[in-house]
Amino acid sequence: MTQLIETAKRELWEAGEIGERDVSRLIGRLMHRQVDAGELFFQQRRSESWTLEDGIVKDGAFSVDRGVGVRAVSGEKTGFAYADDIVLPALGKAADAARTIARSGGDGSIQAYRRREVAPRYAGTDPLASFPERDKVALLGRTDAFARSLDPLVTQVTARLAASFETNLVVGSDGTFAGDVRPLVRFDVSVIVEKNGRRERGFAGGGGRHDFSWILSGDADGQARRYVREAVRQALTNLEAVDAPAGSMPVILAPGWAGVLLHEAVGHGLEGDFNRKGTSAYAGRVGEKVASELCTVVDDATMKDRRGSLNLDDEGTPGQRTVLIENGVLKGYMQDKLNARLMKAAPTGNGRRESYACLPMPRMTNTLLLAGESDPGEILASVADGVYAVSFGGGQVDITSGRFVFSATEAYRIENGRVTRPVRGMSLVGSGPEVMTRVSMVGNDLALDQGVGTCGKEGQSVPVGVGQPTVKIDEITVGGTA
Amino acid sequence: MGVSGLESDLKHLVGDILDEARRQGATAAEVSVGDDEGLTIVVRQRDIETIEFSQDRGFGITVYAGARKGTATTSDSRPEAVRATVGAALGIARHTEDDECNGLADPERMARDLPDLDLHHPWTMDADALRDLALETEATALDYDGRIVNSEGAEVATQRSCRVYGNSHGFVGAVTGTRHSVHCAVVAGDDAGMERDQFYSIARDPENLDSHVSIGEEAARRALARLGTKPIRTGNWPVLFSPRMAAGLIGHLVGAISGGALYRRASYLTDSLGKPVAAKGITLAEYPHLPKGLGSAGFDGDGVATASKAFVHAGRLDHYVLGSYSARRLGMQTTGNAGGVFNLRLETDTVCPKALMREMGTGLVVTELMGQGVDLVSGHYSRAAAGFWIENGEPAFPVEKVTIASTLNEMYHGIVAAGDDIDRRSNVHTGSILVRSMTVAN
Repeated sequence: MTQLIETAKRELWEAGEIGERDVSRLIGRLMHRQVDAGELFFQQRRSESWTLEDGIVKDGAFSVDRGVGVRAVSGEKTGFAYADDIVLPALGKAADAARTIARSGGDGSIQAYRRREVAPRYAGTDPLASFPERDKVALLGRTDAFARSLDPLVTQVTARLAASFETNLVVGSDGTFAGDVRPLVRFDVSVIVEKNGRRERGFAGGGGRHDFSWILSGDADGQARRYVREAVRQALTNLEAVDAPAGSMPVILAPGWAGVLLHEAVGHGLEGDFNRKGTSAYAGRVGEKVASELCTVVDDATMKDRRGSLNLDDEGTPGQRTVLIENGVLKGYMQDKLNARLMKAAPTGNGRRESYACLPMPRMTNTLLLAGESDPGEILASVADGVYAVSFGGGQVDITSGRFVFSATEAYRIENGRVTRPVRGMSLVGSGPEVMTRVSMVGNDLALDQGVGTCGKEGQSVPVGVGQPTVKIDEITVGGTA
Repeated sequence: MGVSGLESDLKHLVGDILDEARRQGATAAEVSVGDDEGLTIVVRQRDIETIEFSQDRGFGITVYAGARKGTATTSDSRPEAVRATVGAALGIARHTEDDECNGLADPERMARDLPDLDLHHPWTMDADALRDLALETEATALDYDGRIVNSEGAEVATQRSCRVYGNSHGFVGAVTGTRHSVHCAVVAGDDAGMERDQFYSIARDPENLDSHVSIGEEAARRALARLGTKPIRTGNWPVLFSPRMAAGLIGHLVGAISGGALYRRASYLTDSLGKPVAAKGITLAEYPHLPKGLGSAGFDGDGVATASKAFVHAGRLDHYVLGSYSARRLGMQTTGNAGGVFNLRLETDTVCPKALMREMGTGLVVTELMGQGVDLVSGHYSRAAAGFWIENGEPAFPVEKVTIASTLNEMYHGIVAAGDDIDRRSNVHTGSILVRSMTVAN
């Protein structure tokens, strides 16, 4: 991992002729007015994307963002400024702005640097350079023809291949000196099908923290074709869908991506900031039963190559596996440094930020509901009248009341224990704390999502993962029209 | 630096980047440079929580090599970064494929006389005064009622943004404007639980902001009004969208008539030009040149002159929302909407909100919507809602955790009345909208 630090220093400091001594001096300048903690977050991110539409790769985009975020913390107060130029004058100006927050208090002490080492959860290879452009373009080109060959009802195919490569370095007055190098790739395909004037969309995709070989080498087309088949199948299914029912009923969630319900229903409510402020429905409830005893929920940044995985978070704390709920009992929250300190808890490696231009806050990484013991077939057989939700377009939660919603993009009626007709236009709405107590069966078929999840909080987006087995919820409000 | 100095610096930068693109072999190019600075102060529980200074400069370039195209963006505007970024965009264009619709907008459509839109009004208060304003806003809310039990804080933000666009037709234009806002969110609580709500004001000119005291009071009133929710009976009921929610409803219509969705056939309004798309009394007009307008600009993202028009006139779809690329894809002319719509107004007969409630009799007033359950492709609509139940034309009790569902087509055709309670806090100006019937589930 010190090798990562050396890579990061070279990438981020060399152009501006910045050395370790300069950075130490900046931390000193930041701490000058008795700030509790000072931090510099250097970051560079290079991204590219290629888009196929109408059978041609018509658009490509490349971007480079570099900068440094400077933070001064005094008690519960934070001063923040950033510069998009990693040179000393800009850094000094940002430090002076950030430290205006502190008027009193704090001992202004600076700890000796401790270089963090963790076993890497992903390789530090640059995905942008991993394959020649013509290979990426050719793969997208084949996608269109393949999708159209699957069914003549396909009228539109859009596919996208995207990659980013991020290098960051965190230096803090608390002795943090840590660097990370993060690849992230993604392929997705969206198709429109039309029949008798009715139009439906299907979507599939995947990715993770690795290079393009997962989709571009070996039997490369095999992987891409699986996504395309999936998107076409979903669109054709929706073409046959009838209006979703309305009212309260049992809902079975399919394994994998449906874990987004968990992310909304319980995940956000367990982030440290909302609980420190007492604005979460879960505030002050550690040790209490907050879910059915069938539920064990973890946030796990250590999973290999996953979209939400982190070697180190954006404050230099090692990513870890944190048990949030164990057999229904609330064990703890996800923390960044600030909220951990104010709640007298340990940081859990969940301090994340969209970029150097944003403040870090507690965020999820890969959030999973662990497997239970029920056979998925038995779970389905137990419902006489309900819905089976397979895929979702996204969700949202109101932390304070615990109210959440999410919208299904693929769902079915369950009639007498059997999955029957597909339904469309369905939202599920409920209260997180209520729904978690209504989980009555948990399957033995834990599955992870494919790696396309993005979570938004206070305007900042970060990549995340979700996962869960088949889950039965006894009662939830289904918002259809039938 | 004054505004004219900044604009002239950025125009020079745009010129340099376009020169570099020409030098490296682009047949055409367009560049957009942004320079923003701002200050955001957040207070919570009567003390300052964060002070954030922002300063961004970055640019994006699109180059054309004949009918091929490549795009690159960066936050680095040093000369060597300009060279590298132009090179990266051309590198992309070597691998993309010919698309005959690519290219700049037609030269004769470029904006000529840019109107003075009166968008730049810096807030003259210093950071300490802005902090005090935030503290007083939150204190007003916290002290409003004993049942205000917690706070998410108050935020005062001020931002200046300058955007310069230029292309190889020789067009270059700048839009510089300020935006200031005061926001407050508090939590009301009783034995049954906690409810959060918020209120804010936003304007180009600080003079046009609501008084900070009224913002704090309104945030508290809204949170309190949510206490004591009751369940309702699942069924089909009239739904009254409050002005903020009504603006969102209009936003979906704009999405469905936007070129990008139409040429992809990804809209339920594909091939609907000239056809009825809403109730007869509905006109949706665009006014890009409103002085101090939050959505005002003299040219669009292609440099094309903006102009007033009605997208929907008396319920009929008269214009799509098009930039030059999507217009070419559809065999039409650009409407000067590359990058989206400017200021929109719903124009119809209006009555006061009380009259709307009397008209609906029994039904749901929606003050909050959650989730992404709006499918522009099929037109299906199903979202989570919170608000108030109306009985016999009078508010009866607050409602949460319900869903409202229908199709966009039925909703727009089912608009029976609109309110005079116009909300101007976004680029969509509308009052409440009453929709005849939706499925409300609990």
